[in-house]
Amino acid sequence: MKPSSFVYHRPTTIEEALDLLAEIGSDGKVLAGGQSLVPLMSMRLAAPAHLVDVNRIDGLAGIQTDVDGVRVGATARHADVEHHEAAYAAVPLLRQAVKHVAHPTIRNRGTTVGSLAHADPSGEMTAVLALLGGTVTLRRRGGERRLAAGEFFVGPLESAVGPGELAVEAFFPRSAPRSGTAWAEVSRRHGDYAVCGVGAVVTLGEDRRVGAAKVGLISVGPTPVVVDVTDAIVGQSADAVEAERAGRLVMDTVDPDADIHATAEYRRHLAGTLAARALTEAAARASERAA
Amino acid sequence: MTDVHELALTVNGVPRTLRVPARRLLSDALRHDLGLTGTHVGCEHGVCGACTVLVDGRPVRSCLLFAVSVDGSSVTTVEGCCEPDGSLGPVQQAFWDCHGLQCGFCTPGFVTTITAYLDENPEPTAEEAREAIAGNLCRCTGYQNIVASVLRAAEIRREARV
Repeated sequence: MKPSSFVYHRPTTIEEALDLLAEIGSDGKVLAGGQSLVPLMSMRLAAPAHLVDVNRIDGLAGIQTDVDGVRVGATARHADVEHHEAAYAAVPLLRQAVKHVAHPTIRNRGTTVGSLAHADPSGEMTAVLALLGGTVTLRRRGGERRLAAGEFFVGPLESAVGPGELAVEAFFPRSAPRSGTAWAEVSRRHGDYAVCGVGAVVTLGEDRRVGAAKVGLISVGPTPVVVDVTDAIVGQSADAVEAERAGRLVMDTVDPDADIHATAEYRRHLAGTLAARALTEAAARASERAA
Repeated sequence: MTDVHELALTVNGVPRTLRVPARRLLSDALRHDLGLTGTHVGCEHGVCGACTVLVDGRPVRSCLLFAVSVDGSSVTTVEGCCEPDGSLGPVQQAFWDCHGLQCGFCTPGFVTTITAYLDENPEPTAEEAREAIAGNLCRCTGYQNIVASVLRAAEIRREARV
């Protein structure tokens, strides 16, 4: 259980990092928190020849909140996101979901942008990005591109980050007025990978009845799945939504695989039940905020 | 070809320098290079929590960090969770008082985790204490007494303050 040898690089500026990544190409990996990469290397599932440690680059660890939303830098830890009051006020789902990412000790080191780039199908933050319509900014020498979740998540453990590219920032849009969010999840053990996890956003109309609703799911497909369930609960009173129809719609939409932890049928059941639960809670929060 | 690096760490308040290959895990650097075998290595992939140490005050898994990447940091291991005179620290004393360890393998990870947690939340409830240790595994399954130890450690810290 020891990683194989590699050459370690520790750039102190983004430009230096991008030059290094351009030279190294597909033979290297970026090291941020390392909470997924290091175990993969210890188990010899990954053996990059070069590691580019981005932890000492100035200006990458920040979390900025403005009228548009929250920008999370490449080396901001999950714990920083969790405890950031302004980020919570702007995008409550960030804290609601990040609390389910492993354990506090892992969140102290693991980064939010890193977990997006890792693109684990059971990673909570992938669904948060997809559900909220966020983006990830990728930089390479002499260029930059900003990708929405649909383009960024390519497959299980595969994101659009190409050789020579560095994911420098994730952007999560600010919650709309009269909206509420919630996260519901089932895992085999506390802090373990989600057997299924669901985030919900409910937005109320001027009449304070449900105007729009959607959910984002993890562990039910190769990439996060977003389902618009507006038709199933539109017009309902926010304090007492009957989310069962929405849950059934989610069950009919997702197509999960079976694995050692759960049958496909059980995952489908969880998707529906957790979606209904998260929607009910999100609607109640929207009602509270609109009051 | 081995990529070797010279590092400077402050370990339990003492400045240390070491030469290690880039691939050296912090857990191994502490145990093999610095001889601090209090930090235990259980699963070596971040699940069990036995190797938890504090890096700049925050609990982290030392088996999930390359020593080279924490160059310049301050590291506290279970050996550093004692009083300045070398007697047992509040968390160590609480484990003694409450029979919080059986085989003791997991204990270093619990002691470091709880030491940092009580700085953040000095008055935990039993439920919060349980949540605080949820990321550490005890194969003897002695969790009841470990939860009691968290509460007892909080009490010892309170008594020390008055």
